[in-house]
Amino acid sequence: MKAVTKAAADQAGAHLRLVSDRAAGNSASGIKLSGVSKTYRSRDGDVPSLRPLDFHINEGEFFVVVGPSGCGKSTLLKMISGLLPPTTGEILVEGEQVTKPHGNVGIVFQNALLLPWRNILSNVMLPIDMKKLPRDKFLPRAKELLKLVGLEGFEKKLPWQLSGGMQQRASICRALVHDPKIMLMDEPFGALDAMTREKMNVELMRIQRETGKTVLLITHSIPEAVFLADRVLVMTERPGAIAAIYDVPLPRPRSLDAMADPVFTELVQRIRKHFFTQSSLD
Amino acid sequence: MAESERNKVVGTMTRALNAAWVRPFLFLIFIVVLWDVTIRVFRIPAYQIPSPGDVLAVLKTEWPELLRQSWPTTYATICGFLLSAVFGIPVAMLIAGSKTVESYVYPLLVFSQSVPKIAIAPLFVVWFGFGIIPKVIAAFLLGFFPVVVSAVQGFKSVDPDMVDLARAMQGSRFAVFRAVNLPHAMPAIFAGLKVSVTLAVVGAVVGEFVGSNSGIGYVMQRSIGTFDLPTMFAALVILALLGVILFWVVDRIERLVIPWHVSQREIIFAS
Repeated sequence: MKAVTKAAADQAGAHLRLVSDRAAGNSASGIKLSGVSKTYRSRDGDVPSLRPLDFHINEGEFFVVVGPSGCGKSTLLKMISGLLPPTTGEILVEGEQVTKPHGNVGIVFQNALLLPWRNILSNVMLPIDMKKLPRDKFLPRAKELLKLVGLEGFEKKLPWQLSGGMQQRASICRALVHDPKIMLMDEPFGALDAMTREKMNVELMRIQRETGKTVLLITHSIPEAVFLADRVLVMTERPGAIAAIYDVPLPRPRSLDAMADPVFTELVQRIRKHFFTQSSLD
Repeated sequence: MAESERNKVVGTMTRALNAAWVRPFLFLIFIVVLWDVTIRVFRIPAYQIPSPGDVLAVLKTEWPELLRQSWPTTYATICGFLLSAVFGIPVAMLIAGSKTVESYVYPLLVFSQSVPKIAIAPLFVVWFGFGIIPKVIAAFLLGFFPVVVSAVQGFKSVDPDMVDLARAMQGSRFAVFRAVNLPHAMPAIFAGLKVSVTLAVVGAVVGEFVGSNSGIGYVMQRSIGTFDLPTMFAALVILALLGVILFWVVDRIERLVIPWHVSQREIIFAS
């Protein structure tokens, strides 16, 4: 497996590197996975979901995982947030081993998952209530975040009164309100229409730049992955394993024009090949 | 000028006739007329089905007595209903929260539903005498099941991602339950409560049938014994009214408790 990816790396252009040269930085910051695998137990026996993974996400990095559906991407996310224990290996977040929910993450799912009985502002405040932090201290921050994503004036609205894109923005605010180091996003814009989705991608990059969060984003869309990421991790089909990790050498800040850059298109092509060669094996 | 004035009057009348609360009354009037016409056309004798006029006459003359007798029934209904809410919702929480509890309790609960309550009602009279208690128990037994079934459904239909989200924020089990699961289950719980309150009326009457010397059920029992069909029908009308009023009360409470729910959205717009 390793040999194959190495060979592919040699063929690649100078700016396309398999297995990133951004060496594992200081392991006391960011997210570090060593030998993390997950096997689900079911009645028909053990179902492997993730093969052992080793990688490191640096602090402040925009890290995107692409892979076919059912490759265990969501499992990965749950394990990093501490909701699910890994079967083997260990996960370090900010140098601390993850054994239970640690609250140092903000999560955004495909659906905004706003509570319909809370208005936008108190939906954003949910993590504060859950963590039992002082409400009045975080209220200004929540309002500021809503302003940052362009939802000023919608604080008192109920979720259903907002469009899908606006709801998803509110859920991004909710993921940021308790000032976690890490944002975990599971296909955050998968439910949005193509136009809103592009807009949200630009928006998300801006938010990440302004807040300096470490972002782990999971997506099906290869262009989206390349557009957003500092590094892209490509996963194999179930049980998921690392097929390759690419650097994205596009300069920041990026606009939608970056998608016309030859570097962008070439990288998208390269990543796409992973899935084509895989499916031809089936 | 006069023309527009008349148009306005006609417009107001049409609007009044189309108002939501008028419609059931119009339909009710239609049914009563149909009832009356059917009796006349098919010459149904009064000892089989009384005419609406006779029933109305009884309602008018016997009103104080009927009202007096409806209090014990109302009281038993409300007590039984409250008991089924107080016990039903926690039982549903346990069933939805624990697979073990579910596997032990739920099948038995369903099984117990197939026991005809009417047949075992006399047992309560044997145990608790002719007082209010057998009625309350009968009302409770009928009202309990729909609350449990709906509430279990409500508690179980929470999006697991939503619970995960709250748990990842280090919410304690109780905090997550209070912030996510419970409010989410509220619409389903109220659906169950609405069914339950009408069934509690039936339960109370069943209780009065088998052993009681007061209440609307007792009035019905007595009037059937003497072939006094108009009184019996009048009692039926009272029972229907009781059911409607209690249902309406629960509906009002629902609107106060879950104003955010889909079914209430128009009201938010209006206010």
